[in-house]
Amino acid sequence: MVAHVSLTVNGKPREVDVEPRRLLVQLLREDLDLTGTHVGCDTSQCGACTVHVDGKAVKSCTMLAVQADGTTVTTIEGMATAEGLHPLQAAFWEHHGLQCGFCTPGMIMAAADLLARTTEPTDAEIRHAIEGNFCRCTGYQNIVTAIRAAAVVMRTGVAAPSGAVQGGM
Amino acid sequence: MAIDMLGKRVKRVEDQRLISGAGRYVDDIKLQSMAHCAILRSPYAHALIRGIDTSKARLMPGVLDVMIGADIPYNPLPMAWPAGGSAGLRNNVNTPRALATDSVKWTGEGVAAVIAETPEQALDALEAIVVGYDPLPAVVDAEKATLAGAPQLHENAPNNIVFEWAVGDKAGTAAAVDAADVVVRQRLVNQRLIPNPMETRGDIGLYNPGTDEYTIWMSSQTPHIQRLLLAAFVMGVPEHKIRCISPDVGGAFGTKIFTYADYPIVLLASKRLGGRPVKWIEGRRENYQATIHGRDHITYLEVAGKRDGEVTAIRVKTFANLGGRLSTIGPGIPTTLYARVLSGCYRIPHVYAEVVGVYTNTVFVDAYRGAGRPEATYVIERAMDLFANEIGMDRAEVRRRNFIAPEGFPYENPSGLGTASGGAKIYIDSGNYEPAMDKALEMAGYAGIEKAKAAARARGKYLGIGQSSYLEVCGVAPSKWIGAVGEGWGAAMWESANIKVHLTGKVVITMGTQPQGQGHETTYAQIIGHELGIPMEDIVVQHSDTQGTPFGYGSYGSRTSSVGSTAAIKAAAKIREKARRYAAHMLEASVEDIEVEGANYFVKGSPEVKKTFQEIAFALDLAFDAPEGMEPYLDETAYYDTPNCTWPFGTHVALVEVDEATGQVELVRYVAVDDVGNKINPMIVDGQLHGGIVQGVGQALWEGAVYSDDGQLLSGSMLDYAIPRASWLPTLELDETVTPSPVNPLGVKGVGEAGAIASTAAVANAVNDALKPFGVKHLDMPLTPQVVWKAMQSTKGAQA
Repeated sequence: MVAHVSLTVNGKPREVDVEPRRLLVQLLREDLDLTGTHVGCDTSQCGACTVHVDGKAVKSCTMLAVQADGTTVTTIEGMATAEGLHPLQAAFWEHHGLQCGFCTPGMIMAAADLLARTTEPTDAEIRHAIEGNFCRCTGYQNIVTAIRAAAVVMRTGVAAPSGAVQGGM
Repeated sequence: MAIDMLGKRVKRVEDQRLISGAGRYVDDIKLQSMAHCAILRSPYAHALIRGIDTSKARLMPGVLDVMIGADIPYNPLPMAWPAGGSAGLRNNVNTPRALATDSVKWTGEGVAAVIAETPEQALDALEAIVVGYDPLPAVVDAEKATLAGAPQLHENAPNNIVFEWAVGDKAGTAAAVDAADVVVRQRLVNQRLIPNPMETRGDIGLYNPGTDEYTIWMSSQTPHIQRLLLAAFVMGVPEHKIRCISPDVGGAFGTKIFTYADYPIVLLASKRLGGRPVKWIEGRRENYQATIHGRDHITYLEVAGKRDGEVTAIRVKTFANLGGRLSTIGPGIPTTLYARVLSGCYRIPHVYAEVVGVYTNTVFVDAYRGAGRPEATYVIERAMDLFANEIGMDRAEVRRRNFIAPEGFPYENPSGLGTASGGAKIYIDSGNYEPAMDKALEMAGYAGIEKAKAAARARGKYLGIGQSSYLEVCGVAPSKWIGAVGEGWGAAMWESANIKVHLTGKVVITMGTQPQGQGHETTYAQIIGHELGIPMEDIVVQHSDTQGTPFGYGSYGSRTSSVGSTAAIKAAAKIREKARRYAAHMLEASVEDIEVEGANYFVKGSPEVKKTFQEIAFALDLAFDAPEGMEPYLDETAYYDTPNCTWPFGTHVALVEVDEATGQVELVRYVAVDDVGNKINPMIVDGQLHGGIVQGVGQALWEGAVYSDDGQLLSGSMLDYAIPRASWLPTLELDETVTPSPVNPLGVKGVGEAGAIASTAAVANAVNDALKPFGVKHLDMPLTPQVVWKAMQSTKGAQA
């Protein structure tokens, strides 16, 4: 049995035939090759697969692909624009908010959801908002710093200096 | 002139791809006609296999192949680091096969593999395999496993003993214990942990029938070692016929050092399919059952000393749980990397440690972040607190009185660090422990702690403070030590680097080390940019593929910055020297007259008569004007074997508040003063410390792998295993002292494990301190609300 799913992913309309048991995260990774969304567990704890569905953060392993029919999905690949990186991406980079990078896409998507709801979050609010996203490398400290810094940029358009320097790419 | 980036907080080169979803982890790789593998795992902790019927599974949709143990012609996996160092010591070795044949020794041991068109079809087919098991009694506790009447796992290991190993002066220590004013005895459990890198393991095997060559993509810390071990010990395939590629690795923490059963499975599966690539990706619950765990020691500690605070002897007996069969370096961790550094940063004259390695019906235990040193630090730092409390002396003061003095280096500790082949010595080469401790205590407000405790008490909280003054051993290690027969891999431990300079002046550094999130692409570029006077953007760092990188032993044991970086610096020196010779030729001067400043090569006294590094590379690549006898092209490889380990140290201080009503422990402040020597990139150093500290805090307060008595893994998923979350943690407060390592040109020491080594003991000491009013002397970890609350109730009468 095959089900048909129509959805918009990162601004593009997509049509996919899937097995009914296919998860949204599998549709994104396997059918659309959007491998920036990761799978870190099998019990919906880790949050590495967090994407936005109709503007809200969702663990894409908790949702069947067919449930995403008719929705608008944003993944980490859809966060940057022609003007450049999303402020959260820039802030994670600037503040060393990632090490191995595996949790990072989900963490950024969860943080983006927070900043869409709250423009001036406290550290406690930030830590609460990313409770469903595990990171084993950073101890969360620089992630919190990065989210706080991104909030400032999104609110004021100005980034506070971090002391980090660009080493070239 | 290029900006010198060495020592600066440089943003990481890796991050562009990782923040954009463009990282490439094993599961992100799709190859043409790729098939998928799933592994059936034993539901029993201990059982004989009577038979396996795969006939139904073979008929399931999409199934291409089913393999059982008997189909796999390879040897068992290797065990490369026995307990050693003394004559006549026996290791009773049993290692896993790719798939179990006659018996299973833990829940999760692989018994069959299905290869199918899709991962879902492979998983479906697992359910159609029928395995006949004869269940046997199981034992999961290392101490109980050695007792008479315990279930026996292996014929060659009576009483389930892998080895009985000892180090130190037995008679001298016994005499010191007997003569001591005070002896404190305590049983300490260092509980089993599940490491939990966010990316599980996984691999893709690809056999090329045209060349008879094997390629494997693996989430590994050690692609070169894996090629060597697979070739020489498991598959019987020549080493040059195997290629190992480790793409972006999503965290490892030791778990990805080892040789795992799935490597030969996917390679053989690909061969059996005539060369179709075969992918296996580990599920998280599978990761909990089939990838190594860490720690799991039961230790009987005796700490002896005088009433004036001098500790005169430490004696321990440790039961180290190594699992149902041995992992690659399992026995090396609780012996060399634990007992030999047991006395930490203290000048304790007598140390004796007995370690019993034990088989149990649990998954194998091997190196997890810190690997032996967190266990040692926990023992010695709990010992310091227990001893201080017993003699009624301030805990910091006891440490101060026992530190190795700054003028006491080089220091050979009494637990046998010095032993190595050919009389070669390992010794603690440097340190200055008091300033780091004083700084940490001051930051933490140690002097005013009693007042703070009283204030907390008024709020219904019991405040506790704990410290951990740790010593780390990084660099793993001089080959003459680690490679010595009977103590170590039986292998070398050097590192390698190749530097190529393209005609355009762009530089490629190729390393034998293997990153897993530490930012090697950034730090090596910082170092080589500094060495060659060129901007970082002109440098690319390559790694992770045995085809095209020089042999290297990989990244673990915090060895990359001290050993790998020095290899890179040596390669750069060779490049600079050749460029200098060519500059002399171009400038018609003698080589001795050429001076080098950054990227400029000029005649002594005439800086305007110069050639730049780029001009030299260009001319030397074209080579039409090369002098007689000079090879064209700038391409140099260097190998480096360190003469000694490096010895980071520091003091961490934790402040916790225990809730009177619930037993809930809140970590309210965490101060860390670390001395990791000079820093290549302080931002990365801080990040390594943050992550390590939180892993160690996790052990102290929340984490624990729990098996039922019959060997079922009760903490079998992320639902059941308490990984630290952001909201459970305060902002960590870091500071430093800087004592450069004398052993390498950068003066760096390594920082990958320091946080995890220090923090567990600091937090455990703080909680035990908080519970002093209840008469609590020691509680085992994890110090969950249940554990703490129970202790508070049972001793309520003792409350001050």
